[in-house]
Amino acid sequence: MGILEVKGVNKRFGGLQALGDVNLSVAENTVHAIIGPNGAGKSTLLNCLVGKLIPDTGSVMFDGQSVLGRKPHEINQMGISRVFQTPEIFGDLTVMENVLIPCFARRDGAFRMRAFETVAHEKDIVEKALQMLEDVNMADKKDMHAASMSRGDKRRLEMAMCLVQEPRLLLLDEPTAGMARADTNNTIDLLREIKEKRDITMAIIEHDMHVVFSLADRITVLAQGTPLVEDVPEKIKGHPKVQEAYLGQAHG
Amino acid sequence: MDAILLQILNGLDKGSAYALIALGLTLIFGTLGVVNFAHGALFMIGAFCAVVMQRLLNLSYEVVDPTRTDFLGNPLKVQMPYVESWFGTEFGGGLIEWSVPLSILLAIPVMVGLGFAMERGLIKHFYKRPHADQILVTFGLAIVLQEIIKYFFGANPIPTTSPDLFSGSFDFGVLLGFDPNTIIYPYWRMVYFLFALIIIGGVFSFLQFTTFGMVVRAGMADRETVGLLGINIDRRFTIMFGLAAAVAGLAGVMYAPILSPNYHMGMDFLVLSFVVVVVGGMGSLPGAVLAGFLLGILQSFASMNEVKSIIPGIDQVIIYLIAIIILLTRPRGLMGRKGVMED
Amino acid sequence: MLGLSAKDTRFLLIVVFLTLATPFLLQPFPETSSLAQFNAGYPDLMQKFAIFGIFAIGFNILFGLTGYLSFGHAAFLGVGSYTVVWMYKLLGYNVLPGLVLAIIISALFALVIGFISLRRSGIYFSILTLAFAQMSYNLAYSVLTPITNGETGLQVYLNDPQILMGENSPTSPHLFGIVMRDSTQIQMGDWLFTMNNGYYFCAVIAIIAFYISLRIFRSPFGMMLRAIKTNQTRMNYTGLNSRPYTLAAFVISGMYAGLAGGLLAAMDPLAGAERMQWTASGEVVLMTILGGAGTLMGPVLGAGFIKYCENIFSKINDGVLHGWFAFMPDGIEDLIVAMIHPFVGKGWHLTLGILFMLVVIFLPGGLVEGGQRVARLFRRNKKAGPGDKDPEHHPKQAPHVAE
Repeated sequence: MGILEVKGVNKRFGGLQALGDVNLSVAENTVHAIIGPNGAGKSTLLNCLVGKLIPDTGSVMFDGQSVLGRKPHEINQMGISRVFQTPEIFGDLTVMENVLIPCFARRDGAFRMRAFETVAHEKDIVEKALQMLEDVNMADKKDMHAASMSRGDKRRLEMAMCLVQEPRLLLLDEPTAGMARADTNNTIDLLREIKEKRDITMAIIEHDMHVVFSLADRITVLAQGTPLVEDVPEKIKGHPKVQEAYLGQAHG
Repeated sequence: MDAILLQILNGLDKGSAYALIALGLTLIFGTLGVVNFAHGALFMIGAFCAVVMQRLLNLSYEVVDPTRTDFLGNPLKVQMPYVESWFGTEFGGGLIEWSVPLSILLAIPVMVGLGFAMERGLIKHFYKRPHADQILVTFGLAIVLQEIIKYFFGANPIPTTSPDLFSGSFDFGVLLGFDPNTIIYPYWRMVYFLFALIIIGGVFSFLQFTTFGMVVRAGMADRETVGLLGINIDRRFTIMFGLAAAVAGLAGVMYAPILSPNYHMGMDFLVLSFVVVVVGGMGSLPGAVLAGFLLGILQSFASMNEVKSIIPGIDQVIIYLIAIIILLTRPRGLMGRKGVMED
Repeated sequence: MLGLSAKDTRFLLIVVFLTLATPFLLQPFPETSSLAQFNAGYPDLMQKFAIFGIFAIGFNILFGLTGYLSFGHAAFLGVGSYTVVWMYKLLGYNVLPGLVLAIIISALFALVIGFISLRRSGIYFSILTLAFAQMSYNLAYSVLTPITNGETGLQVYLNDPQILMGENSPTSPHLFGIVMRDSTQIQMGDWLFTMNNGYYFCAVIAIIAFYISLRIFRSPFGMMLRAIKTNQTRMNYTGLNSRPYTLAAFVISGMYAGLAGGLLAAMDPLAGAERMQWTASGEVVLMTILGGAGTLMGPVLGAGFIKYCENIFSKINDGVLHGWFAFMPDGIEDLIVAMIHPFVGKGWHLTLGILFMLVVIFLPGGLVEGGQRVARLFRRNKKAGPGDKDPEHHPKQAPHVAE
């Protein structure tokens, strides 16, 4: 049993079958990549996992519990954090505050009225946030206005915000989309470091083959809303079906 | 049955005003993406165009009327309007009597000019600012405009008269086979309704059948793409702002005989027109018109004594109540599109 | 002190000092001077500073922190006033029961209105709150006349029960015998200072209100509210449910508004529906923006600024203007007076509108931001001097390496 079990998921938008009978199992403490050409249904699948969309049929189980019908914040509280294609951070807040908020969310739950405590007095949480910022080499930027940072830093910050919650499953939606080569390599290094240092399960949706093959333990290839093959990276590379559906197209 | 018909008729003139203001609001919102809180003020300025016209035509000088004497036996001094002395009593008097319809000629250039000035001078700089800023700056502008009007015309309503030809009422009941005097409807309100229909029809056919309108409609649907085509959409949008201002102004001019213009009538109508826009669906022109008439008629139904005796006070709140229900059940309004102002 | 950092404690102490010293600070000109009309140390003006300060502080917790622009907060102001006057009518002129109840009732109102309105955001939220406020206003004028006394306004009549009224109880609003409208006057030379009970009562409440808002700003709750303003998507994907947070902010700001409305009636035992009109809601928006939304002091400054200008500007008439410019040749004097005339006296709202537009256009951060800009300019000028001679004291900032 994997930590995330997707069974028989279907999703239609009008006449378009976005997802057709998707089965997927993500094992604990692995990096599982989902790849596929544009329009293969990768983002739809991800949105079904985080509560933004509800599949027409099928089940999505996380650690033995169904996530279907739950709101995004409830799913996050179950232990799933998400990194967006374009970094979603609290732009008007400082870097430190950006990391503090997920800490509070993990400790106090979805809503708790702490109107009379003082943020600065919450020693444990402040320490935890500082430690996290050090881990991602951003401690020197803690008082910076988050919106004024470079895109790479924003991505790094968003990653820190997710990691500080110690999620059991981290979902990454094309974490290197639109990045320059150097930035992409940095992100790969960051993710690899996270993978080595922490016991964490990651599911990555990605377009860039380089990223996928340098990180993933297992790969699922999605085409036209259905999984084509699922295997370890070495096997995927040479798989004729994949060549045809994805790589062939990409290089042709 | 006759009571219901009467209420529908009664709702039409108010509904027409709501529809016209809401139409302009939607045009501005749809094309420029700006929430214009000063739109009610434009309606009010339109109404004051009628006041200005009436005063201009009534500019008079004193003459001695030899045929009449006052109570002391001296010859009576009477006010002689210039227009009457220039064009003769017959034609000049007619001009004075028709001052409200004539003010349309004054209102169009004034309103279009004001619209251009507003867009170029102020609104233009707010396209990229948050909606809250747009609301606030146009709200400030609305205060300024209404205070200027108050300064020149005072705080009291100024009665404006419709031409004698339309001053009577029309007995609809007889026409439809009911008893006489059951459905009485003033002519001017009928004129207003027809006038509103013509304007609405004009705006829609302008958007539908001209190239200019086509580009604007495309811009309303997807501003960026149209911009990419290399079409100078900004200039067209300025013109649209002028057009929207003119629509609001004309709605005001012709409304003057129904409601004596006062400086705060714009704000009163604005609040309701916003509700109309939201009910109709932000960004939908047919929605704005439909909701305008619908709410006007519903409001007049709610003011029936029979209804008020069942739910007291319903006439005061019906429009807001409907807006609340619509917003909660159909957040995009009756005919709204997806993704308009939802973030 | 009081759970505040040293900096905030200092800040609070300054606010406390300024508030308590207001009757003296706002009376800088001797009674005999021609500038005496710029004095603002009158009881009812100072009361307004404190009361509208409270209103704006509360509004700022909603608008300044979460960014939700409510156009209906005047409804709570009205509810607070009506509650207090009703308590006068039923119990007696002690303000305390009324004020407590005003806060509770406006909280309940805010809970209902907020629960419904917050299902939408942006302009839709603004329109919903506006619709609710207009509904309350219209109802107060019509069907609810038995409760609100319609156009006449609610007031205390001789035949009201007033069951707690003793033989010797004061016949105007009081707090356990301290009559609100009573004042102590101090004459110092040409200066006359009025220390009004009502003002000090409002001032103490305003200080408490400010302290609470300061605590909220520094709390995890306040941080969450600011997070809502900047990115709700991230908020939800961080496991936080934004709706109860905004609702809590809405209710808190509604309670502040109810308290402010109650205090208005505590100073002057009257309540009218016009207090609920949407222009009154617009006024508090104005105060908050003008001072600086989202800052601690901004709303208070904005409220004070607007109320002061309203008072002073509306008092200036042509006679006063002619007095000022009498030293000029007649023709020029008349010209200047004619030019200023539209903006003062009854034309004060015109000035307000223009001011408001200027602030939104050029200074979206309000007076506080304006002050900061001036301060920064000042500091830079000061630094520029030695900096030129000694560049080494200005180490270049570490170059920003893009990873």
